Amino acid sequence: METRGTRAGLTVWTVVVVAFLWLPLVVIGLYAFNRSQIQSWPIRGWTFHWFSVAWHDEQARAALWLSVRVGLLATGVALVLGTMAAFAVHRFRFFGRESVSLLFLLPIALPGIITGMALNSAFSFAGVQLTIWTVVIGHATFCVVVVYNNVVARLRRTSPSLIEASMDLGADGWQTFRYVTWPLISTALVAGGLLAFALSFDEVVVTTFTAGGATLPIFILNNLRQGQQLPIVNVIAFVVILLTVIPVWVSQRLTSDGDSPAVTRAAAAAAQSAQLR
Amino acid sequence: MAIDVAREAGPLREARLRVSAAFWRRPRLKLLALLVPPVAAFVGVYATSLGALLASSFWTSDAFTAQIVHSWSLGQFRTIFSFHDPTYLRIAARTVEIAAAVTVTDALLAFPLAYYMARIATRRQRSLLFVLVLLPLWSSYLVRIYSWTTILSKTGPLNWIVNGLGLPDTHLAYTNWAMWIVFSYVWLPFMVLPIYTAIERVPGSFLEASADLGARGGRTFRSVLLPLVFPGVVAGSIFTFSLTLGDYITPALVGGSSSTLIGSIVAEQSASNLAFAAAFATVPIAVMAVYLAIARRLGAFEAL
Amino acid sequence: MRKRIRGRHLVFVALVALVGALVAPTVGVSKSSGLPTSIGKGEGALSVVEWAAYTDKSFATKFEKQTGCKITRKDAGSSNEMFNIIHGGGGGGGGQYDLVSASGDASLRLIYAGDVVPVNVKLIPSWKDFLPAFKSPPNNTVKGLHYGISIAWGPNTLIYNTKKVKPAPTSWAAIYDPKYKGLITVPNNPIQMADAALYLQKSQPALGIKDPYELTKPQFDAVVSLLKKQKSLLKRYWVYPADNIKDYTTGDSVIGATWPYQTLSLQGAKVPVKEIIPKEGVTGWSDTWMLTKRAPHPNCAYLWMKYAPTPQVQAKQANVFGETPVNPKACSFMNKIVKGSCAGYHLNAPASYAKSIRFWKTPIADCGWGGRKDCMDIQAWNNAWAGITG
Repeated sequence: METRGTRAGLTVWTVVVVAFLWLPLVVIGLYAFNRSQIQSWPIRGWTFHWFSVAWHDEQARAALWLSVRVGLLATGVALVLGTMAAFAVHRFRFFGRESVSLLFLLPIALPGIITGMALNSAFSFAGVQLTIWTVVIGHATFCVVVVYNNVVARLRRTSPSLIEASMDLGADGWQTFRYVTWPLISTALVAGGLLAFALSFDEVVVTTFTAGGATLPIFILNNLRQGQQLPIVNVIAFVVILLTVIPVWVSQRLTSDGDSPAVTRAAAAAAQSAQLR
Repeated sequence: MAIDVAREAGPLREARLRVSAAFWRRPRLKLLALLVPPVAAFVGVYATSLGALLASSFWTSDAFTAQIVHSWSLGQFRTIFSFHDPTYLRIAARTVEIAAAVTVTDALLAFPLAYYMARIATRRQRSLLFVLVLLPLWSSYLVRIYSWTTILSKTGPLNWIVNGLGLPDTHLAYTNWAMWIVFSYVWLPFMVLPIYTAIERVPGSFLEASADLGARGGRTFRSVLLPLVFPGVVAGSIFTFSLTLGDYITPALVGGSSSTLIGSIVAEQSASNLAFAAAFATVPIAVMAVYLAIARRLGAFEAL
Repeated sequence: MRKRIRGRHLVFVALVALVGALVAPTVGVSKSSGLPTSIGKGEGALSVVEWAAYTDKSFATKFEKQTGCKITRKDAGSSNEMFNIIHGGGGGGGGQYDLVSASGDASLRLIYAGDVVPVNVKLIPSWKDFLPAFKSPPNNTVKGLHYGISIAWGPNTLIYNTKKVKPAPTSWAAIYDPKYKGLITVPNNPIQMADAALYLQKSQPALGIKDPYELTKPQFDAVVSLLKKQKSLLKRYWVYPADNIKDYTTGDSVIGATWPYQTLSLQGAKVPVKEIIPKEGVTGWSDTWMLTKRAPHPNCAYLWMKYAPTPQVQAKQANVFGETPVNPKACSFMNKIVKGSCAGYHLNAPASYAKSIRFWKTPIADCGWGGRKDCMDIQAWNNAWAGITG
């Protein structure tokens, strides 16, 4: 329906923009294998050496491990709280119903620095020392909405009569949950959980204000600002790209029932969380 | 696989049945059990600390010890909105300006891409494009910014190409231009998705009808497609705008002098002058509140 | 979001937040804890916030081997940054940092903000050997309590490329000179305004500047306007020494304000630079290792505080950073590393040299001269700096 010229032009544009999106990642990936310590182009020597240096760097390893722990804990909290809230909002009508959605949305709608400062002041007032748990709390605030949105979207697609039928057939609440509800929402939970993990793993702003130790993004940021250890940072960057891309890829496959708008909404909701920090 | 739930008889099941019945009779109780923990946690931790932060914008921080002094005053806002010394107004204006430039850039970059994905790509191509557009969003935010410092640096690939073409070095690193490039790059996928959704919703018959009535491509685009897709563009712009307003990492890594943004000041002052940082942080909140109100009027919320 | 967010729901949320506001926070003041009487076993790790190279591997590796305390460093670019790092995160180092090498303009703020605790100088054998002026200096000793031990002190200098800047400069005027437009670098640090004040003290005596850190409004405005004019002449403001070193290596900058550490590094890399003490005088810093309130590894911290002021370590640090030690016994060791460096850094005759340096201190409203109490405080300095650089 479009003219051939328009089609050709649009195809070229698409290719150019997609290349624009990917080239920086490719460049950093290449630098991870750069033999030289100085970042200059073109790369003259290739090596795996920096991978082993990064692996043996205790600080980097500690940061990676902390990020993984925080991610798992924050995801766990988000799964529990997000699912509970999703069920409550889906099943019942009550005063302040839309406020709940707004409340969960706030941590990602407001700049992350505001969440970070607010939590930091609160912890300091309460005399709470900054530990892994304060980071988990900080991350949970924006991870909850990801799970919540996913579960609500899935619940909207399930028929309430399924639950009632199960009860009519004599199942108690737990059995209904186990045999009827759980299979329906499990993939939404896994997808939401994976997205939440990816968000938490990459987060740096709220973490800076709530952390008692260095997570991987904080380690990267510290080294970037002072121009230190750049070869190790390149390696870590390469690894981080792989580690966040894989859960998201899997999550996308789980929620795409061939239904593009669902993918769009789930990904958009989650993605807006990522940098709305 | 048939499950005979009654077969799982026993005292445990009796207890569960009693609980289920109680919840059935008192649905409110179930609601509370489900709702209270998450909401209480949020309100108790997040909302109260947020409220306290906003309240502190009306107090002062002691200059020497950074302790908060609980005396209510508008001093922080007077410093920000001072015309006598408009430093902070200037910084706010610069931030809004860059946010607007980034929004426009991303809209221009994203629209043709979204159109291709919605109307021209085959099903398989569309899936592939989704993946290609979304995956960069998920690779580390810091890495994506850092990659540009490498690309734009004096010895980086951009200068290598430019020099190879016989042109002099670009001096883009650590400037506001670098910030504009990086912001546009990092937020681009956020713009693509809502525009795609909006274009997808436009029935093909509309565009065909327009052609039947004699309109050529440009006219169809201007008079039919654009008005229908505009709410999607506005929806995408919410992200690009608000994300830029609060950011401080990009100015720190790729900006130079005169690259201070609202986020930079807030981050810098958050420890030693919390009252001021909180007050300045209300500026992006207020700007976004207005922006969201306008966006809602333009129908962006339905397009999300 | 598909749902319409109605006004009354926003009010609901606002009410909730308002309740939170009424239950509002304040940062508590710390109390000093009892002093330890001996140093326990090292915890295996030590986390410091430092000026670049204050735990340089050339003298820190031996410490790590001897004590098993593996050092993690965070470099700061300014005293504001140091204060922010230690005071932020819940205060007292946030449970993340043990030691901070605070200069005089941060040390007192940390003490009064309750982020650092007194140390028992009896556990530091080298302390009794310190130069008298640095045993209990006002910048780290309050009411007889020692909030840390002095480390070293030195000047902020003027650096220039000997090949590209002719004739050799003798005055700070050179960094305000349009002759070097686009080639000047100065630190991105509000305290840098004191350097401009020092210059104006001599070049515009009518302003009546007595103390470069205590300026009345007209004096302050003169400084700000000089710095605003300077901005267009700058290549850039540097935050960390590495950026500064890079600019002189690539030739992007040929003259500017710096720390001796950069000069030494550049000279070591055979870049033709020299640093001078201009005729108007210099500002400088006197640094203290301070122990944070929530230090996770206090024993390792004490072990470092015991190790750092020993003569050999002081000599090594002096020649790496380009500063003067506080332990005069370091003199002979300094001469072993670089012949004549003991005299070069004035360790053999420290008193008059120390008097010539205007050490960093926090600007406060009480001018301390002329009985005036209307001087600009640090918040005014920070705001003005944001206006100059932003």
